[in-house]
Amino acid sequence: MRYVLIGNSATAIGAVESIRRYDATGDITLLSDEPYATYSRPLISYLLLGKTTRQGMAYRPEHFYADNRVHFLPGKRAERIDAQGKRVLCADGGALPYDRLLVATGSSPLVPPMQGLDRVARAYTFASLDDALALQAALTPQSRVLIVGAGLIGLKCAEGISRLAADIAVVDLAPRVLSSILDEESASLVQRKLEENGLRFYLGDSVQTFSPDAATLRSGTVVPFDTLVLAIGVRPNTGLLADIGGKVGRGIAVDARMRTSVPDIYAAGDCTESVDASTGETKVMALLPNAYMQGECAGANMAGQDAVFDKGIPMNAIGFFGTHILTAGSYRGDTYVERGEGCLRKLFYSDNRLNGFILVESRAGARAVRPVYDKAGIYTSLIREGTPLDTLDFDLILQAPGLVAFSRADRLQKLGGAPH
Amino acid sequence: MKRVYVNEKWCLGCHLCEYYCAFATSQQDDMARALKDVRISPNIRIEQHGNVCFAVSCRHCQEPLCVKGCITGALSRRDGVITIDKEKCISCYTCILSCPYGAISPSQDGAVQKCELCIKTHGGTPQCVQGCPNGAIVFEER
Repeated sequence: MRYVLIGNSATAIGAVESIRRYDATGDITLLSDEPYATYSRPLISYLLLGKTTRQGMAYRPEHFYADNRVHFLPGKRAERIDAQGKRVLCADGGALPYDRLLVATGSSPLVPPMQGLDRVARAYTFASLDDALALQAALTPQSRVLIVGAGLIGLKCAEGISRLAADIAVVDLAPRVLSSILDEESASLVQRKLEENGLRFYLGDSVQTFSPDAATLRSGTVVPFDTLVLAIGVRPNTGLLADIGGKVGRGIAVDARMRTSVPDIYAAGDCTESVDASTGETKVMALLPNAYMQGECAGANMAGQDAVFDKGIPMNAIGFFGTHILTAGSYRGDTYVERGEGCLRKLFYSDNRLNGFILVESRAGARAVRPVYDKAGIYTSLIREGTPLDTLDFDLILQAPGLVAFSRADRLQKLGGAPH
Repeated sequence: MKRVYVNEKWCLGCHLCEYYCAFATSQQDDMARALKDVRISPNIRIEQHGNVCFAVSCRHCQEPLCVKGCITGALSRRDGVITIDKEKCISCYTCILSCPYGAISPSQDGAVQKCELCIKTHGGTPQCVQGCPNGAIVFEER
C-alpha cells in the first residue's frame, strides 16, 4: 500500500501515527511545502515571546520520520492531483504515485484587497514559522505596529511581539475582541487585561485606506504605524481538491470517515469543513485537537479500518499575559453566570444538554485557590458526548465541574474499569 | 496494564493520598520537611459532596484526548503512561479543556502537572496507593 500525505502539521502527523498502528510495512510518503520538520504552529507567538525555542517547537521528536519509516520530503509542493492516474504532481516536476492520498493542506492567511495596501512596505501575516521570523526581523524597539484583526491569531501575535515593539494597536471590524469565541461580557474582561498590558484597540472599525505609514479608519481615526500585521482570518487550502472537481464548500467536504467526494482521497484538518457536534452545523473548525483527531481517523481508514470521527466541537484554550480563556461549544440557551473580580464562569444550556461555556481566569495566584477552569474538561465532555443533564446533579456541576455530580453507576463506569 | 483504581465505598475522605502524592513528587527524603507549611498541589485529588468521597487521578487512557489535543507535543503516551515534557509545555491548558476526568492541573513551574505513576521512583507501588490507610486505592490490572 502506498500512502501519500500532503501536509506536515498535526493532521498529517496524526495520520502517520494512526497508519502505523495498523500497517507496519506500507509505504508512507509525506510532503510539505515548508522546509522544516513538523513544528507546532501555535507556538510561533511563544517563540517571539521567548517562551519557547526553535527546538522546543518541534511537534514530534527529531527521529519521528525514521521511527515511523516515513519518506519525508520537506520543501516539496504538491501542484496538482492526477486522480485518474492516482499521482500527485509536484511543483518541481516530480510525480508521486498513491493508493491512498491524504490532503492535509491546512489554511492560509486571508488577505482581502485593501486600498493602499500595496504601498505598505512592511506588511506581514502570522501563520507560519517563516512569517514569525520575518516579522521578528522587521521589528525594532521603536516599532509601531498595527495589527488588523483582534481574533486568536492577531492577539497571539500582539502578545508575542509585546516586548519587541514600542507600540501595538489592534483594529477589528467586530465590536469586541476574540469575537469568534467570546461573548460581550467575557470579551470586555479580556480586553481590559490586554489594555493593561499596553495594547490599544480600535473596535467596530476597519481600515479604509493605507498610506505607507498610516491607516485611515472608517471612523476617520488615523493610526500611524511602521509595521503592519494582517490577521483578518484564514482560508482553507482547498485548491487541490477543487481543481479536480472534488466537492468543496467553505472547506473541503468530507464525511465522518474523512473521505472526500473523490475515491481514495481523504482530507482532514483546517482545509476541511465538518459537522460541529454541539450544533449539527457544518463549518470549518480550524483547531489543533480536531485536526489531529481527524488526521488520525483518516489514517485509520486509509489503512483499511472503519474509523469515525463525529465528535468535533469548537474548543479553545488560550492565554494572554497570564489571563486564561477556556471555551467550548456554542453559546445558546439559558445561561448560568458566576462573576468574580477578574474571573468569569458562564455556561449555556437548553433542552437537557450543555451547549457551551466560557471560562476566563485572570486572578494572580488563582492557581493556588481554585481557578474557574479547574477540571473544565468535564464540561467539555458533557458537550462532546451530549450527556443528558438530568442524569447528573446539574446544580452541583454548574458551580464546579466534578465527577461527583454524576450518578454512582456513571462514576463506576468512568472510574471502575480500564479506560478507553 | 496496571492502573490506580479507587473504591469509593472505602474512601474515608482523609486526603492522605494527596499528601503522599505531593511528597512523592517533591523529590525530598523527609515527608514532614517536604510538606511543612506547603500548600500542596497533588496529582490525585479527592472529590467530595455530602457523604460521597473518592480520589481521582489520571486514568492513563488508551485513547487519550489530552495527548491527541496537545498543541506542542509535550504530552505523550510512553509504555502506557501519559507523561508530560515540562520543557515543551507552554501552559495553554488545552489538556485541561480536554480531559474528561479533570485529572490535569496547572503547576507552579510554568507547565501542567498530572499523575505520571510514581512506580519507577517508588519501588513499583504508587505512593497514593501505599499511603491509603483504608485500602481504598489499589494498583492493579482490570
